Amino acid sequence: LHAYVALDPNLKATLDKVVTSQKIVLFMKGTKDFPQCGFSHTVVQILKSLDAPFETINILENEALRQGLKEYSSWPTFPQLYVDGEFFGGCDITVEAYKSGELQELLERTLCS
Amino acid sequence: MGVTKEQVESSLTAKLNPSHLEVIDMSAGCGAKFLVVIVTEQFEGKRLLERHRMVNGALAEEMKEIHALSITKALTPEQWKQQQESEKSQAAA
Repeated sequence: LHAYVALDPNLKATLDKVVTSQKIVLFMKGTKDFPQCGFSHTVVQILKSLDAPFETINILENEALRQGLKEYSSWPTFPQLYVDGEFFGGCDITVEAYKSGELQELLERTLCS
Repeated sequence: MGVTKEQVESSLTAKLNPSHLEVIDMSAGCGAKFLVVIVTEQFEGKRLLERHRMVNGALAEEMKEIHALSITKALTPEQWKQQQESEKSQAAA
């Protein structure tokens, strides 16, 4: 049985800082250069193809971060993409937004601001 | 162990009342990876992120065991109809 605890205020404060540390932050399985999951790999490829500068954080290395983020963003899976401090979506949403051009528009707007 | 395709279908049906639903088990039976196409009126007026949150929420119990969930389509009946028609006309062209 999995017990869910409320998000620790210290962890929340840390996450607030991390997601705003860069304009684009990707929490993923593995790293930018060595993604360890197809979904994470897909999002990395999309961001690279858009020439967007982004920071990646490997959630496989930090179990507390991994669990905390799920509650922080109310999103149960990884990767998780944050743009301008706001949760944007997982892999499927990022792919859709990439196809429609919405992602490029958002990233350009964000990076220029 | 694992979650069955039928469990995923019944939770989504009960909570989101879809007019069209396809659940595909991509895990070769181990119940850890699913692909979902869902059409429901409840997505009306909601952004894609909110729609996916509704699907994740409907599967909160199952998500504890599901390793990967791909929501390939989350559409309103109107959007679904449009997509079907444009696919048909493309196929005919």
